Amino acid sequence: MTTRPEATTRPAAPAVPAGTPTKITQGSPTKGGIGESTLRPDGTLKVTGDFAYSSDMWHEDMLWGQTLRSTVAHAEIVSIDTSEALATPGVHAVLTYDDLPATMKNYGLEIQDTPVLAHGKVRHHGEPVALVAADHPETARRAAAKIKIEYRELPLITDEASATAPDAVLVHESRDDHHIGHVPHPNIVHRQPIIRGDADEAAGRADVIVKGEYTFGMQDQAFLGPESGLAVPSEDGGVELYVATQWLHSDLRQIAPVLGLPEEKVRMTLSGVGGAFGGREDISMQIHACLLALRTGKPVKIVYNRFESFFGHVHRHPAKLYYEHGATKDGKLTHMKCKIVLDGGAYASASPAVVGNASSLSVGPYKIEDVDIEAIALYTNNPPCGAMRGFGAVQACFAYEAQMDKLAAKLDLDPVEFRQLNAMEQGTLLPTGQPCDSPAPVAELLRRVKSRPLPPEQQWLAAGSEGTSIDVRALPGGLSNTTHGEGVVRGVGYAVGLKNVGFSEGFDDYSTARVRMEVINGEPVATVHTAMAEVGQGGVTVHAQIARTELGVSQVTIHPADTRVGSAGSTSASRQTYVTGGAVKNSCEAVREKVLELGRTKFGTYHPAWATAELLLEGGKVVTDGGEVLADMADVLEDEAIDIELEWRHRPTEAFDLRTGQGNGHVQYSFAAHRAVVEVDTELGLVKVIELACAQDVGKALNPLSVLGQIQGGTLQGMGVAVMEEIIVDPETAKVRNPSFTDYLLPTILDTPTIPVDVLELADEHAPYGLRGVGEAPTLSSTPAVLAAIRNATGLELDRTPVRPEHLTRT
Amino acid sequence: MDFLRPASWEEALAAKAEHPTAVPIAGGTDVMVEINFDHRRPEYLLDLNRIGELSEWEVGQESVRLGASVPYSSIMEHLRTELPGLALASHTVASPQIRNRGGVGGNLGTASPAGDAHPALLAADCEVEAESVRGTRLIPIDAFYTGVKRNALEPDELIRAVHIKKADGPQQYSKVGTRNAMVIAVCAFGIALHPGTRTVRTGIGSAAPTPVRAKEAEEFLNAALEEGGFWENGKIITPAIAKQFAALASGACNPIDDVRGTAKYRRHAVGIMARRTLGWTWEQYRGAGRTLEGAA
Amino acid sequence: MRVNFTVNGRQQEADDVWEGESLLYVLRERMGLPGSKNACEQGECGSCTVRLDGVPVCACLVAAGQVEGREVLTVEGLADYAKHREDAHPGGGCASGACGTTLDAAKRRQSEPTDGRTGEAVELAPIQQAFIDAGAVQCGFCTPGLLVAADELLENTPSPSDQDIREALSGNLCRCTGYEKILDAVRLAAARQGEAVQS
Repeated sequence: MTTRPEATTRPAAPAVPAGTPTKITQGSPTKGGIGESTLRPDGTLKVTGDFAYSSDMWHEDMLWGQTLRSTVAHAEIVSIDTSEALATPGVHAVLTYDDLPATMKNYGLEIQDTPVLAHGKVRHHGEPVALVAADHPETARRAAAKIKIEYRELPLITDEASATAPDAVLVHESRDDHHIGHVPHPNIVHRQPIIRGDADEAAGRADVIVKGEYTFGMQDQAFLGPESGLAVPSEDGGVELYVATQWLHSDLRQIAPVLGLPEEKVRMTLSGVGGAFGGREDISMQIHACLLALRTGKPVKIVYNRFESFFGHVHRHPAKLYYEHGATKDGKLTHMKCKIVLDGGAYASASPAVVGNASSLSVGPYKIEDVDIEAIALYTNNPPCGAMRGFGAVQACFAYEAQMDKLAAKLDLDPVEFRQLNAMEQGTLLPTGQPCDSPAPVAELLRRVKSRPLPPEQQWLAAGSEGTSIDVRALPGGLSNTTHGEGVVRGVGYAVGLKNVGFSEGFDDYSTARVRMEVINGEPVATVHTAMAEVGQGGVTVHAQIARTELGVSQVTIHPADTRVGSAGSTSASRQTYVTGGAVKNSCEAVREKVLELGRTKFGTYHPAWATAELLLEGGKVVTDGGEVLADMADVLEDEAIDIELEWRHRPTEAFDLRTGQGNGHVQYSFAAHRAVVEVDTELGLVKVIELACAQDVGKALNPLSVLGQIQGGTLQGMGVAVMEEIIVDPETAKVRNPSFTDYLLPTILDTPTIPVDVLELADEHAPYGLRGVGEAPTLSSTPAVLAAIRNATGLELDRTPVRPEHLTRT
Repeated sequence: MDFLRPASWEEALAAKAEHPTAVPIAGGTDVMVEINFDHRRPEYLLDLNRIGELSEWEVGQESVRLGASVPYSSIMEHLRTELPGLALASHTVASPQIRNRGGVGGNLGTASPAGDAHPALLAADCEVEAESVRGTRLIPIDAFYTGVKRNALEPDELIRAVHIKKADGPQQYSKVGTRNAMVIAVCAFGIALHPGTRTVRTGIGSAAPTPVRAKEAEEFLNAALEEGGFWENGKIITPAIAKQFAALASGACNPIDDVRGTAKYRRHAVGIMARRTLGWTWEQYRGAGRTLEGAA
Repeated sequence: MRVNFTVNGRQQEADDVWEGESLLYVLRERMGLPGSKNACEQGECGSCTVRLDGVPVCACLVAAGQVEGREVLTVEGLADYAKHREDAHPGGGCASGACGTTLDAAKRRQSEPTDGRTGEAVELAPIQQAFIDAGAVQCGFCTPGLLVAADELLENTPSPSDQDIREALSGNLCRCTGYEKILDAVRLAAARQGEAVQS
């Protein structure tokens, strides 16, 4: 029963279907190199419970930190009285704004507009106002509850109308950031128009024009590992911080100034990260834990519970999207006009970059020459919004794909054929004027999902010996037993999306890798050290594969990520395999050169090939490209260790022009298409997604198993926001009404459809190994595909997501 | 906070008499959430886990005496024949882990209108066995729910068991949630045919301040079935009767708008569930052989 | 208050327990067993699933005082439990120490990742190996709870249908994988279990 399976046994997982092979993939004769589905190096630790997540950290004598948050969304703080809390036995410190040690008291990803602790004013529900450190979490909670805060409530800014009214209260009364000069109102964080061609003139050529107004609800990343970490004061007056984040160096840049410490005195180590999806791009408890640790001289641990987590990180921007498209009778798109209004909430977070994405990707993967685009993000008193998987492209995709279906219906064309007719290709100019200079198989991806056979009908019926039986688990409503087939109608819908990879708009988007080669116990071993945040995506797996391929070793050690090595950039924007993978490859190449140089010095005289042949490192040996072994790496290296740290950059990008939006702003594009098959109980408005088939171009699958995991995971997050996931903010109070997993619903395994995946590998010659960032594209098209399928089943317009039962029942 | 650990039922009653504010905790599936999220800090927690008899049941001639802590998973597994409606309702409770811990006593004690067991208990008809050091009383389920999250228990009373009428006819239960598993009811509906008395009973969850019966719908249906001789002739219930029953069930609701759904939708959905569950139970009564897998 | 109970076959004692503490807190913060995860603390995610006297429950919803004298199995004891499944009571001490997860230990665990494919040193339960092999682990935060739930499923239902797997795991949320690889993993473990029985 308990026999261990052979290491070589592969699961019954579907193999990656053969795509078009890439031209520039390097073969990997060393086992465990790129292109193989090697298993996670942290897998064993994660299945035994031994992997140390940030909330698992423990230190002798440690204290527990607790955050007191505002109970109102917009108010002046009249007074704060901490005396009773401080007098509570077991309490070691109570901190407010007045206790902040440095002149810098704000932080922020791009704009430092977020107070570490509220100063005189709170701008959203759940804003941190005070901190407590105590010897037990309950002591800290009770003490926090004893802090008396008097608020004087201010008028609420909750939407575009209230934000831009002539007499609107300013969410930030004195802005001096670099966007203030070009925004039409101080309650607008950033505005990015894109004008290309003449949309008004082109509209004259249209035989049909379709207009739509769409609403995208506020989605939460809902990573399972709550915000948490441990700060340990060090003897030199600095602090060691163990934390779960997406970007150590970005955190560091924001933490050190408010602690009044030089960056070298804040030493950060990545703890186990329980998912991220954009929600850990911003600071949460990092600074608070450090402040308490420095104040008390003791290690301080902070762990948010799920309720607090909903206030502890930014969410996906809810959006209003106004679209107009035109097309000729023969199905060619003439023009597009749109306005995208993103609600950024009380603080800027990543809003400016989300605006850039939303506007530059608002056209989707289609050829439209005449466009008039505007995207803005608002400052409001709603919860702050920022990065989440898909980053501005998700909201746009929901809207433009709804438009495509409306146009196809109006033209009486098949929705897939209509899309294919207008699909962008390699060479197509995007609305920013940037040419797409790598494969763009949009029509092919659509063809693949469409050609897949449909799942069988009425899968809830099973013929048994005593007649037909019904399995409610296969029906809308599931275990709740709401239908035995009554009212159930099937629908099918399609969508395709376009996402950028990497940081755009001229950002210096580099990564750093340190690679060390040495001989241990007679074997060459490579150590890869980067600051890349492994958040579950499998970057550590891929780095080891790259090192094996490039250095011909089988043993690779992945060093823990920390700030003792240069920045790796963020684990976001689908960029880590590309950028940090590229950095690891680059450093490995440099190490390889050093190995060969050493070999030439030591053994060059023994064989002419050292000087004349193309040399490779394979299977622990130096070999010629003809396969002749020249030396063991162990003999080349002996006691010497080669240790190289290098930065690596992808092609530079440029900022978008602030008036026209023109500019080569993006590094790379990523494409995915979905077909959704749903069954809707049309009387009760309950939806069961039966299948969500995806086709995606990944350039080159460095680890096919991980690629599938990314695509299936992203697909399900897209489905979540189609049918159930939404943070509901009361428009009267700007308070969050459902900050819990009881009322913010994530799909369970019983809600999840089968997710067959078709992977294409069309190399992008500009990227390492031809790879394309994978993680986000599937999150885009999944949502509109599900909505399209529900529209198909119900005949309803459905201009908002997520849909709720009451939207589907004409009640 | 004090943690009281009575080893017997008598000790539990004594503790509750001494500390009437003590909060009983059995499965913990309500109480611990409130404690973890800092919504509640009772002075005393009264642990009922050590009292084994609360997790036992007895099947009698007329009824099942169901211990207050019998977990939902046991009801699903062992009492499908005697308590089919409650077994179906139990299957809709949260997740397997929660069904392994939670029991009907907790639903009754919390008396949330969203408790999954209530509509099934109302439809089946039952009495709640409440006890204190002063004695035992049986509270009819119709008199048990007194307000939003309020019940007829006295401060010194604990729920020992529920006496639920054994099914003498088909029973059904439906619940609308916005997820296919692990979801709190947007609204729910239970129905039980009682051919012995030629009556139909119902229960509605999450669509009024308390769990309620759709009494007008029941009376209408009882009369219509009688009038048409349906109990004897086993004919298909006419669409007009089913429609009117559904409309009256909707009318019995007094719901609110909240994050889980609108009042209007709740009324609508209760009507649909009433019509469908009536159809299913009646088909079963007529003997058509459709079985349900995964439904209980 | 003081609480005594058995964890993974080993007698444990916790002192100075606050009456409102959950079993989850006691395991994680007092017994050095942080494998059971604290994702929601409201019984909605299943990442703290442990077996209490054999029954899968959410450790976050069990009051510490309720565990007095009872037996708890956590993910840390799963491999050993699977090995001794035939025994009525799983034997052997497999708790990883009762002094908290020290920073040193945490660092060590982080800095010595072994390849999941080759982790010879660690004996795993079949369901654990299947999760690694099938790619069912990404961030891994839901993994311990899923493993305990899936292991119990296969103990009682050796050849579950896909719908059975879905129902049994419907109380365990995963945010990374889209569940497809988790289904694969349970199917794989069931298939291997079947092969082992036949051979």
